[in-house]
Amino acid sequence: MKLTLVGVSHHTAPLELRERVALDPAAAAELAASLGSETIVLSTCNRTELYLVRADHAEEVAVRTLTQLAGDRSDELSSVLYRLRDEAAALHILRVAAGLDSLVPGEGEILGQVRAAYEQGVTGPFLDRLCRQALHVGRRVRIETGIAESPASVPAAGAALAQQVFEELRGKRVLLIGAGKMSELTARNLISRGASIAAVANRTLEHARELAGRLKTRPLDLSELGSELAEVDVVVASTSAPGTILRKADVAAALPARRGRQLLLVDLAVPRDLDPAINELEGCFLYDIDDLEAVVAETITGRRSEAARAEKLVAAEADRFREWQASLEVVPTIASLRALVEEIRDSELARAGSRLSERERRQVESVTSQILAKFLHLPTIRMKEAAAAADGVVYADVVRHLFGLEEERRSQ
Amino acid sequence: MAELLVVPALLAYGEAAIAYAGELRGPGLAGRLATWGVRLGWLAQTALLGTQAASADGFPWGTWAGSLNLFVWLVVSAYLIWGCKPRYRLLGLAVMPVAAILLALAWAGGGTGLAEGDGSGLVLAAHVGLMLAGFAGLTLAAGMAALYLWQERRLKRHERGVLRVRVPPLDALDRLAARTVLAALVMLALGIGVGASTFERGDFDAAMGVTFVILGVYASLLVLRYGGRRGRRAALLNLVGFALVAIVLPLTHFAQ
Repeated sequence: MKLTLVGVSHHTAPLELRERVALDPAAAAELAASLGSETIVLSTCNRTELYLVRADHAEEVAVRTLTQLAGDRSDELSSVLYRLRDEAAALHILRVAAGLDSLVPGEGEILGQVRAAYEQGVTGPFLDRLCRQALHVGRRVRIETGIAESPASVPAAGAALAQQVFEELRGKRVLLIGAGKMSELTARNLISRGASIAAVANRTLEHARELAGRLKTRPLDLSELGSELAEVDVVVASTSAPGTILRKADVAAALPARRGRQLLLVDLAVPRDLDPAINELEGCFLYDIDDLEAVVAETITGRRSEAARAEKLVAAEADRFREWQASLEVVPTIASLRALVEEIRDSELARAGSRLSERERRQVESVTSQILAKFLHLPTIRMKEAAAAADGVVYADVVRHLFGLEEERRSQ
Repeated sequence: MAELLVVPALLAYGEAAIAYAGELRGPGLAGRLATWGVRLGWLAQTALLGTQAASADGFPWGTWAGSLNLFVWLVVSAYLIWGCKPRYRLLGLAVMPVAAILLALAWAGGGTGLAEGDGSGLVLAAHVGLMLAGFAGLTLAAGMAALYLWQERRLKRHERGVLRVRVPPLDALDRLAARTVLAALVMLALGIGVGASTFERGDFDAAMGVTFVILGVYASLLVLRYGGRRGRRAALLNLVGFALVAIVLPLTHFAQ
């Protein structure tokens, strides 16, 4: 059985081609089921990949499936498909799960997507083992390296900065100024870390109501900002207003009521919503979009340097998988050898059975079992080692010949 | 025996101080090595103090060098309460170089050998021990205040690497420094109370006067913080208090 991978990703194809073969989870599961045993379909916004374990024709099946999905652009897709086999294909899925093949190294979403593909795929012993190892190495990389520690987007950087100021965001209150996409993304990032949204303020109250409804909080008119500033810990602003919405004097007026509590202000708007001079106030930290993008650029550089450490972990895991795969070649021989000696032991015990008492029989059984286990231990280990070193087939042939395992099988 | 223990303690503290500097480049192995350096050094120094206590008649750390030895142990002990948490590791950057230098000074001054003791009673031992523990707490609080001001400056200046180096959050530094100061003040008050039981008219000197000023400064810090003067102002006041500690310690113990 051979592992075959055929796929398309952000490395090889533009978005308009990738979206032709992108599948939602249900469609991916359906496709895996239609392709039969040992198939997984991994489809994310950056890639669509088919992993098949077949004796033959796997590549043709996978290419045909993907080009059919591409419809009238099948020729174009065919030229950008990559095809990997066995060790290279196994290494690829390990790298994908570790986030090393992603646009942003170490991004966290891919691990969940690999898990979903595994759970919805049609797996046998081969893909089951490979996927479990991929998920394992994905977790290890994120725990043992710093690749996933730093934020990879502007909203995540805003949330990470809040944790740099407050440590625990549970119980911290966030004021959103603006009801756009960026506001919502940042709010959701902060919520995922334990913060709560105090209110959504917007020029158009209707838009504020909509977002407040989605975030289960209350809408606020811009004129009420002053009183709210005394209570909140984080302010996120991202309106499309042409001028400044919050001035230094507005924030300064709220400071006495804050009793020294720090205030983090994140301004994602262009032109800026918040007066840059707010950063001069004691206990106030103002970050605009340029500051946050600089932080993200720095952390992505850090992720890239951590990726080198992650590659080593992935390579070690790929070696383990290769050894396991190689050991499969000698497993039938080992099993036959063990079955043969067990059979001999059983028949000899049966012959001697009538001459032994029940107690003696149990003792002989125990002793012979231990002798055989010790006798077979070293050959078993050596055969697995030889298999890992690519000599496994030769060793298996020799053992089968020496112990007559082929004749044994034929006579059965 | 005692001299044999000071060397590993000093080496381990020195290693921790250097490794903490390495942690600045990014979290990882250097931080773990530093933490183990602190732990092993602390164990060696604890064994050293135990050996000194077992062999002495009375309080074995009555000299300035002996007091310094005990003071370093108290500082590192207090640091270990938080220092083992990855998030607070960098506090060691403020604490361990000081600890290593002071222990080296104590060694050079003969405070790490086996002394016969000064034959003093339990009262003096308790007084000195409590005062040193209080000053150790204030030293640690000053380390936190320094780290607070450094991190605040980085956040204000929007440094690109602000998320790369794992510094304790501002809020946590502010809160922990205040709690440490409170605990230290309790110990200082107890130490003064114990010392007062043997106080005689005419014993009052400049060192005692400065000690009371220190108590006043730190007590006002806590009161002001309760009134909302947190963060930068509290950190600055904390450092002012520590500057006085750095004066009163040599006056009360080292110059005698």
